[in-house]
Amino acid sequence: MKQSRRNFLKFAGLSAAGLCIAPTAVMASGGSSGGAQYEVNSNHLQAKRWAMVVDTRKLNTEEAIEALAETCHHIHNVPSIDSNQDIKWLWSGTYGEVFPEQENNFPSEAQEKRRFPLLCNHCEHPSCVRVCPTKATFVRPDGIVAMDYHRCIGCRYCMAACPYGSRSFNFMDPRPHLDMDNINKKFPTRMRGVVEKCNFCVERLAVGEMPACAEESGGAIVFGDLQDPDSNVRKALRENFTIRRKPAAGTEPGVYYII
Amino acid sequence: MHYGGKIITGLVIFLGLVSMPFWFNIGGSYEEPKVELPKNAKVCVAPTQDMRTNHMKLLDEWRDMALREGKRTYISAKGDKYTISLQNTCMQCHTSKEQFCDKCHVDASVTPYCWDCHVPPKEAK
Ligand code: SF4
Ligand code: SF4
Ligand code: SF4
Repeated sequence: MKQSRRNFLKFAGLSAAGLCIAPTAVMASGGSSGGAQYEVNSNHLQAKRWAMVVDTRKLNTEEAIEALAETCHHIHNVPSIDSNQDIKWLWSGTYGEVFPEQENNFPSEAQEKRRFPLLCNHCEHPSCVRVCPTKATFVRPDGIVAMDYHRCIGCRYCMAACPYGSRSFNFMDPRPHLDMDNINKKFPTRMRGVVEKCNFCVERLAVGEMPACAEESGGAIVFGDLQDPDSNVRKALRENFTIRRKPAAGTEPGVYYII
Repeated sequence: MHYGGKIITGLVIFLGLVSMPFWFNIGGSYEEPKVELPKNAKVCVAPTQDMRTNHMKLLDEWRDMALREGKRTYISAKGDKYTISLQNTCMQCHTSKEQFCDKCHVDASVTPYCWDCHVPPKEAK
């Protein structure tokens, strides 16, 4: 039979349509989880918007903040690398470093001496998320800005976009800089070429525990639901004067500082 | 066909070279790798055959569920609950990466990069 051009085109169109449908049909019917389901842990802590209030009247020395950082870095297997390629989730800075726009020319003696804890602010409008081309960094429904290291391609757009320098890049394999015999076996390490930062302890919230730094701070750090008027963070915000970092950046940080 | 002879000889040599891997493999036999099965567990999160063909898909689903959706409990088709975690759940039963994971991966020449981040159990020396 002689193929007419018209017939050929009809057939080509049909095959193309078939190719479009087939993968979805296969996915819908197959998949690995025949009958399996997923749910959140029964004991996990939930909130509409997690936030943190740091009382810098109570927590303001290098040593105290360093102790919290050590705990955080230990449970998350954050290496300490003795160079400008170091990784940090929680660290400290002076008033001028933390609140550059709100600095005064004649600060009080107390303010001049204090150190302030720093971490990712888990912003409401995070610029890091907006620029990430792979959505490796994303906002969870509970407001936590999370990282999916599986998807990070190490382009570091997020580092350029974050106004707070909250992110670190793994220039090298972190494992040689970790004491592999004493790491936290429950938490993974990272690989070379991905960005990392504080995750508001999502893995602890998932099993009903509060963030490690809040738990260890002896009340100087409160953690809770910003959307719940009766929560401890709202109480702390109601009763104290607080400021946030770099308000002009417009990212609406979720970490508040009582001064 | 001016150069017929040369062209055909050339073609034969070319096809011979291209199909070399097939000639080398003729007569070879494939032996299924012998993986070490867990001693402390009888059932996996899914039937053996399913795990054999689909474990990579399941792990891919697991990582999205745990990390992105925040759903860290897996309910198997049988109704059993498991914590979603390669490092803390899978490797509790499959206590040796060398005797289990690597056996097939080495044979099949696939090198997944799971272990660049997830910490495999310590191998007994
Ligand atoms: S502090 Fe920086 S890294 Fe953290 S959410 Fe805000 S913009 Fe992103
Ligand atoms: S470095 Fe990773 S997380 Fe950051 S923008 Fe690039 S892909 Fe996204
Ligand atoms: S919230 Fe968790 S991850 Fe973030 S600094 Fe505190 S201890 Fe570290």
